[in-house]
Amino acid sequence: MAQALQQLINGLTLGSVYGLIAIGYTMVYGIIGMINFAHGDVYMVSAFIAVTTFTLLAALGVSSVPLALLVVLVVAVLFTSAYGWTVERTAYRPLRNSTRLAPLISAIGMSIFLQNMVQVTQGARVKPVPPMLSDGITLFTSGSYSVRISSAQILIIVLTVVLMAGFTWLITRTAFGRQQRACEQDRLVTAFLGYNVDRIISLTFMIGAALAAVAGVMVTMYYGVVDFYIGFVAGIKAFTAAVLGGVGSLPGAMLGGLIIGLLESFWASYLSPEYKDIGTFVILIMVLMFRPSGLLGRPEVEKV
Amino acid sequence: MMLQMTGVHAHYGHVHALRGIDLSVQVGEVVTLIGANGAGKSTLMTSLFGAPRCSSGQIIFDGEDITRLPTHQISHRGIALVPEGRRIYPRMTILENLQMGVSYADPSNFEVDLKRMEALFPILESRRHQAAGTLSGGEQQMLAIARALMSRPKLLLLDEPSLGLAPLYIRKVFEIIQELNRDYGMTILLVEQNANHALKVAHRAYVLQHGEIVLSGTGQELLSDPAVRAAYLDGGSH
Ligand SMILES: Nc1ncnc2c1ncn2[C@@H]1O[C@H](COP(=O)(O)OP(=O)(O)O)[C@@H](O)[C@H]1O
Ligand SMILES: [Mg+2]
Repeated sequence: MAQALQQLINGLTLGSVYGLIAIGYTMVYGIIGMINFAHGDVYMVSAFIAVTTFTLLAALGVSSVPLALLVVLVVAVLFTSAYGWTVERTAYRPLRNSTRLAPLISAIGMSIFLQNMVQVTQGARVKPVPPMLSDGITLFTSGSYSVRISSAQILIIVLTVVLMAGFTWLITRTAFGRQQRACEQDRLVTAFLGYNVDRIISLTFMIGAALAAVAGVMVTMYYGVVDFYIGFVAGIKAFTAAVLGGVGSLPGAMLGGLIIGLLESFWASYLSPEYKDIGTFVILIMVLMFRPSGLLGRPEVEKV
Repeated sequence: MMLQMTGVHAHYGHVHALRGIDLSVQVGEVVTLIGANGAGKSTLMTSLFGAPRCSSGQIIFDGEDITRLPTHQISHRGIALVPEGRRIYPRMTILENLQMGVSYADPSNFEVDLKRMEALFPILESRRHQAAGTLSGGEQQMLAIARALMSRPKLLLLDEPSLGLAPLYIRKVFEIIQELNRDYGMTILLVEQNANHALKVAHRAYVLQHGEIVLSGTGQELLSDPAVRAAYLDGGSH
């Protein structure tokens, strides 16, 4: 019981991170119908931006953790959304009217490029950051097992809930959100009605990247280490979350993220920590085979 | 002169869809374009928006050369299109669909225009917050027209607005076209399969064939033209 509760807390934390990344996959798929395979690497880049900024702040003698976190978040979000924008402009937009396969190949190329760029400029070894917010609250102790929630976990979960609420408001209630949904449903007509579709697509990439940036900062703070390969693993898991929730569905991405996070932490705890990623891949394969539209997705209607 | 197309050519890859179109619409006119399926009627309309961009020729709208203007800026000049197949946003509410109609128009007009549209199309008022995809075909067509009118366009383009509708709605569509033109002085370019009906409401008409204009004249002239009757009216190809 205590162990299950602890895994629930860990799983919600992980699930928050996956959910934040999954939104980027789902939004981009919704608007241009392609899987942005470089999205996981954009997330990885944000983690490195976070490490660099943390280190810089420490060198400057900033000792307040909340202040440092805030600065790192702002810097990471700004730079990472610039990356998201650049990826779309350079790798996808020129191929928008080409075959369906071309942007996918371009995305994989962009992913390899980002990994190598970080590897060359940052080195292949893992980068540590000083531990932060590792204090926490012990909820209760049963026997030798105490159930803990760390400050970092609280921050991740709370920040995710706030971001998801804000993001949902943006998409469902604002003029920009309306235009974004309009582009998902009919890009050409939206352009005829007088909206700059290219700009809306750029902003979509930037928002997805910004949410991934928050996830990257959180993970850096939570685990205390990053390497250039984390984008691949987290990317696949978030992608699975998006597929599980139904690619194109925003609530689906959040739900899928939570399920994958919970699955991973329970699997690691009860079955095998070494093979914890198998669960994710089994889900990916099962969903693709038996329910490709996911839990909350619409049945796929081929876009014309 | 509201619209003047001169020598317009347009391609889809290797398909040469428009082959030297010369067409004009005067202020306050209803002009109709008839022609068989695949003649290039829809392409003529969307080429005004640069989709496809014309490969040669010139488009002057309201005294301005709009040939090379980016697609999203065309509607800002005062052209609104009711596209073929309606293409309303099915997963948005009716209100949101109408809001999408005003990308550049003065936002302070929104409430007034919304009221006007709901007066013109009463069905829209009672269902403001309903998903547009749940409307019937005829109701969706009303919504598509209302969405286009929300921007207060100078020129309204209607691409087969009566296609696939029940007779009641076909009548309603033509009533609205006449009402808009008569009471509001709206300039209209109309593409119709229903050539008989269209020629009756139009001041002037063009016949399009394989991307070329083969005939033009007043609605009455074309109605009584034997070739037109044979091809488009007396149970000809649509
Ligand atoms: N998106 C497109 N891509 C390629 N060819 C097209 C496209 N749209 C139309 N065409 C072709 O252009 C020609 C004119 O089509 P269209 O303008 O739709 O005719 P109409 O509206 O008169 O039925 C046809 O030969 C059609 O097959
Ligand atoms: Mg057509």
